[in-house]
Amino acid sequence: MKSTMKKRYPVIFVFLILSSALMIFPFVWMFLSAFKTSADVYSYPPKWIPSSFKWTNFAEVFKKIPFLRFYVNSIGVAFIQTFLQIAISAMGAFALTKLEFPGRKKMFSLMQSSMYVPEVVTMIPLFLLVSWAGLVDTYAGLILPGLNCAFTTILLMSFFQTIPNDLIDAAKIDGCGYYRIFLQVMLPNSRTAIGTASLFAFLTHWRSYMWPLIVTNNVKMRTLPIGLKYLVQETSSEYQTLMAASLMAIIPVLVVYMLMEKEFVQSITLTGLKS
Amino acid sequence: MNAGKRSLSSRNNLQAREQRRAAAVMITPLFLTLFFLFLLPVVFVVAMSLTNWSLTTPARDFVGTKNFRFVLNDERFWKAMGNTVFYTAIKLVADTSIALFIATLLDRKIHFRRFFRIAHFAPVVVPITASSLIWLWFYDPGIGPLNQVLVSLGLPAMQWLYSEKTALLSVILFSVWKGLGYNVILFLAGLQSIPESYLEAARIDGASERQVFFKVKLPLLAPVTSFVIMMGIINCLKVFTEVDVMTPNHGPLESTLLLVTYIYDQSFVRGKMGRGAAAALVLFIVIFGFTLVQRAFGRKNVSYD
Repeated sequence: MKSTMKKRYPVIFVFLILSSALMIFPFVWMFLSAFKTSADVYSYPPKWIPSSFKWTNFAEVFKKIPFLRFYVNSIGVAFIQTFLQIAISAMGAFALTKLEFPGRKKMFSLMQSSMYVPEVVTMIPLFLLVSWAGLVDTYAGLILPGLNCAFTTILLMSFFQTIPNDLIDAAKIDGCGYYRIFLQVMLPNSRTAIGTASLFAFLTHWRSYMWPLIVTNNVKMRTLPIGLKYLVQETSSEYQTLMAASLMAIIPVLVVYMLMEKEFVQSITLTGLKS
Repeated sequence: MNAGKRSLSSRNNLQAREQRRAAAVMITPLFLTLFFLFLLPVVFVVAMSLTNWSLTTPARDFVGTKNFRFVLNDERFWKAMGNTVFYTAIKLVADTSIALFIATLLDRKIHFRRFFRIAHFAPVVVPITASSLIWLWFYDPGIGPLNQVLVSLGLPAMQWLYSEKTALLSVILFSVWKGLGYNVILFLAGLQSIPESYLEAARIDGASERQVFFKVKLPLLAPVTSFVIMMGIINCLKVFTEVDVMTPNHGPLESTLLLVTYIYDQSFVRGKMGRGAAAALVLFIVIFGFTLVQRAFGRKNVSYD
């Protein structure tokens, strides 16, 4: 019994190496190709290693599109959205789990039902609302409609429920008001939960595609995903340039991911299995 | 005595009022997002679907169910529906079975386990638009590495994204690569929550590893599997980004036109927002149906206790 497991071990190990190699291969290819010349790209048989490492492709990206601007837009928008979303969700989750108020149940079911409606359904009227408010091609227009707080609120609620009411009562006896209880009891006691929810929210906003596509006409307001879409149309098969752009877009995320792998996995299993 | 009681109840009243006021302050931002991003748009989209609302002209007349009749009789809508069903079926079968297989392999003490997990999950975290650029090159019929490999093996080159027959399959292949790690993580978490004692008991009773998998692990994994499948279906019905980046004009002969691309195309490209709203509501009804099925399934948990 044990011996069959041991005999299988090398097979499984080799298989996992191969399948990991397949998964990573596109990234390796992108990394190497970002330094290739156009001659390398068109050579047959394919050149794996660039004939000489050149940085010109990166310069080419900045020449073709305002790449830095897209980057700053993306990071800024995603950060502000994450901050607002988590603040709104944490306050809401606190009220819904620890405070008594009329309409609490109704509020919760309203929030739950909002999760059943896909983005594409609300997008059409939202675009009209945003354009009537004069927010097309503005940061407010990019940021505000992305604040879907239902999911993160429900996630935080499940953590807040585990914080004992005694802790809150003790703070009340010490003369704490509800705002101080929220800031000094709830938040410090749920750091991991807030971290998980923030990571989840940030990833969602960082790769958001459909809404930024609809709400931006001005090149300067585009976020990274939208900028990359148009780069494809502007650089017909200059793959080395595309790879340089793709590399710059991917590397920061990959680095953060490798540093925080545990938190990523946790955010998936928690957000996935809780709902 | 009496005075003491009165002051206690008035203090409770004061506290309850204070609590309600705090709750109102804390809940208002959440309510505002729900009102402006959910309630108002939903009411609005239903109203729009009954009008000939246009993005380009000021037309806003009531037309009854005309948009729904148009959409349900539109060949392109049914083409999009067919493509979406095809996309969902292929992606779901491939994704779920491969992910489950890899998760079972990872569910043991093995060297470099952390590396294997990182490798399989990496495509999930990078932005879809960035990683799809790499695959655009892979799929290039002239200088793409995939065709160069095929030709060097003596196989015929393929047209990938540029042929009606293979365009959607090519998008699916990318999509499976991109999404696989997510389900691997979910299955792995499910497998690791199975108590070791159950597996030991089965092994002591003489069950082979294959029997342990099919008779013990798989049934215990049923809640995770049903979650993965139902969420998979719902997410496939909503796919937009990868098809829009890889085939911006819906592919050869619109072979990659999906439901969400159809809605986007009607409302924002052609400016027929009434029709787009009607099509979006049809999609919503389909997704809602699946959500109800998932809820019903989710309640039936397998328990071996």
